[in-house]
Formats: sequence, C-alpha cells, structure tokens
Amino acid sequence: MVRLKYQAVVIGASAGGIESFKKLLEEIGDFLDIPVMIVQHIKKSKNSNLAELFSGMSGLNVREAAPNEPVLPATIYFAPADYHLAVEQGRTLTLLATEPINYSRPSIDVLFKTAAEVYRESLIGIVLTGSSHDGAEGLAQIRDLGGCTIVQSPDEAEYSIMPLAALKRVDTSFTGTIKEIADYLKKQLADTV
Amino acid sequence: MTDREIELENENIEVELLIEALVKKHGFDFRDYSRVHIKRRILEVKQRLRYESISMMIKDIIYDREFLNKLLLSFSINYTEMFRDPDVYLFMRNEIIDLLRTFPFVKIWHAGCSTGEEVYSLAIMLKEAGIYNKTQIYATDFNDKVLKMAEDGIYPIEYVKNYTSNYQQAGGKESFSDYYIADDNNVIMDSSLRKKVVFANHNLVTDGVFGEIHLIMCRNVLIYFNKNLQDRVLHLFKDSLCNGGVLCLGTKETIENSTAESDFETLDKKLKIYRLKY
Repeated sequence: MVRLKYQAVVIGASAGGIESFKKLLEEIGDFLDIPVMIVQHIKKSKNSNLAELFSGMSGLNVREAAPNEPVLPATIYFAPADYHLAVEQGRTLTLLATEPINYSRPSIDVLFKTAAEVYRESLIGIVLTGSSHDGAEGLAQIRDLGGCTIVQSPDEAEYSIMPLAALKRVDTSFTGTIKEIADYLKKQLADTV
Repeated sequence: MTDREIELENENIEVELLIEALVKKHGFDFRDYSRVHIKRRILEVKQRLRYESISMMIKDIIYDREFLNKLLLSFSINYTEMFRDPDVYLFMRNEIIDLLRTFPFVKIWHAGCSTGEEVYSLAIMLKEAGIYNKTQIYATDFNDKVLKMAEDGIYPIEYVKNYTSNYQQAGGKESFSDYYIADDNNVIMDSSLRKKVVFANHNLVTDGVFGEIHLIMCRNVLIYFNKNLQDRVLHLFKDSLCNGGVLCLGTKETIENSTAESDFETLDKKLKIYRLKY
C-alpha cells in the first residue's frame, strides 16, 4: 500500500508575508496534493480576505477556513482576520474568537500547535518573514512531535525577527530562501509515496 | 512513543474525564464543544493557577465550587469589542431597525452575551433610532459571573479608542463619549443603556425556547460548537423567533448546511443576517 509521509503543511507569516508565500505557492502549487493551512497576520479591513485575493491562482483550491469544515487534500486554507485557526483531532477546522496570542489573532502558534497534535510526524511547518515572535513555540511543538520544520533564511526575509526567533528556538530540518524551500518541499513531497 | 507523545495522550484522556466530571457533577455539558477550544482553556487555567496536572483539576471540579467558577469563566469569555464588525451594525441600523419599528413592542434576545460589549452596542443603536423605550433585551449567558460583568458594564479604558472607531464606522453620529463615564483605568457604561436589558442565565446546550422574539443576536458562539449542537441551537432560535424575525450570527458562522437552513431567508450572505420565513 502507498502511504504519504507528509499529510499537511502549515505556514506562518507576518510583515512582508504575502509576497513570500505567494512566491512559494507559485513554485510548489503543481506538486501539492495535501492541504496547506496558512496564518498571515493581517489587520481586519475590507481587503483582508486573503482567500479572495489568492483564488485566482491557477490550479489551486483556495478557501477561507470555516468552522467544522473537513480539511481537504490539495486545498489551501487561510485563517480569517480576527480569528485563530486550529485543527481538531477529527481533521476538521475550528475558528476561535479567544484572546490574541503574541499580540496576534490569528496566531501562528495556535495553528502550529494544534496541527502538530493532529498530524504529528506527517506535518510540515514553515515560518516566513515577520517582525514578531509568533510561530517559534508552534514550530518547537512540530519538532517535538516529529514533524518537518522549515524557516525562511533571515537574510532573505523582508523582516528577519520572526525567522530568527524560530531559529533560536528550533534546530530546523531546513533553512533557506523561498526558492530553496520550494525545491526542498518538492523533493519531500515527491519522496513521500 | 516519544515523551511528548505520551504526555499528549495522557492530556487528552484527562480532558475527556474533566468534561465528563463537569457534566456529571454540575450539568455543564461541553461534550459537543470544540475539543481544541476546551483543551486550550483547560491548559490556560492549569498554567495560571499552577496545577500539576489536569487530573488535579478534576478533583477540584468535584470538591471546590470556587474552582468551578474560575474554570467556567475561562470557558465563557470571548475576546470581543463594542460594535465588533461595524458593517453588521451599519446594516442593522440601515435595514433592520425600520423592520423592528413596525412592531408595537420589540423583544430582542442576545444569546451568549459574555461580558456584554455587544449588548451595549445594540442598546446604543436602538436608542439613537428612537425605539429603545419600546424594546426589551434579554441578554443571556450560561455563566453568572460574565453576566455580572456584563451588567456592571465596566471596560478597560485602553479599548475605548477602538470602540469609538467601530461606533463611527457602524454609522454612529453622536459623540461616543456621551455613553460612558471614565476614571483612570476604566469606563463605566451609562446606566440608561441597561434600562431595558434583563441579564438572565440561559444555557444554549441544555435550556429551552425563549418566546416570540423579533431579533436574535448570537455572535461567535456557534463557532465553538460541533455540527450537532449547532443544529440544535439553530432550531432553538427558529422556535424562539416570531415569523419574519431576524437572526444575526457571527460573520464566520452560517445556517448553510444546517437542518434549519430552509426555514430562513438570507438578508445578507456576508454579514450572516437571516430572517425566519413567514
């Protein structure tokens, strides 16, 4: 029987993030047959629906995460502005209107920690550019449960604070530029059948 | 299994037992709540009150009433704001108020009101529309402590800038500062805003219908419920509304795909405002 090693990807980004994961998704979009869940710190406004912004990207099924939705393969989920995104044991999504974590709602740590508990060693976590410490704790949880940890190289990141915080907390599986991360991911995803 | 995996497995067993203890000992039923949510709240309390394990908390749920109140408080506080999602309140001001105006007496149910920020928002809006005096608002929550906080209407002053901005975006034309008095740390909402509000205990999971309501507000409560419980509560709302009555949910909540969907028409798909069909 064929078994996929990696079953989900979670990505966290803050300041400067949209350009970064756009580039990343463009690179790896054709290879994605597993779900991708993304927390991008964003202020609530009329234009804060990232799913709408990215729905035009070819070949990708892009949605805003909604409560009780099953996590589907080859689908990209964005956390809505002003809600935490989390994953339940039964692989459905949950939104939380609880207090901000690391001054953020959505918080990367909330997604990473809950996804790690569900997917364990079959989860890939990626921390990209940002000027916050969010994501470092979550990435540590992914590592503790055997998942793959990736951080954008601080030199390339538009804002290096978040990658640096993650690197300080976690000895990552891989650190590199967006292009290098894309190549690494392609290899990981291809190797996992 | 790694140490962390064993720890997690133990934690998850303890969470299930804690939920069982709550329903068996006190009748508070969180079995159909999001497990992620309940577990995060339990761990928050565990850390804050320095419990060694969740098992120790279970003991106190059974033997220590004060601890139960602290735990329930953590379960029921939402981090909300006045006029949260100003577009929703703008829509109500422009579209719903005139509908309510046609009734000789208006009954509103604010279900799951938590610490009351949105109850005061609603009261302000009704007052400015000139229909507050013929309105009765039932503001309910399962937790007496948050109901007390809602009734007190005291909020940290650092939030007021945001409240004021929301109020203006929601179509507010008066000076928001007329609605509170401030001291160094807090604002206290004007008591006239509470005149037509009854704060009452009601548990959406276990309690029944409220009668002949014209407008139900229930925002960011259903997100914590699984599909079964969501369906139960939406039917409760359906049975509580009078024909043509309005239901306003949180902007990430929906009646779509629920068994009550066909009983409602959609007034605004994005803002999640519905109307019970005649």
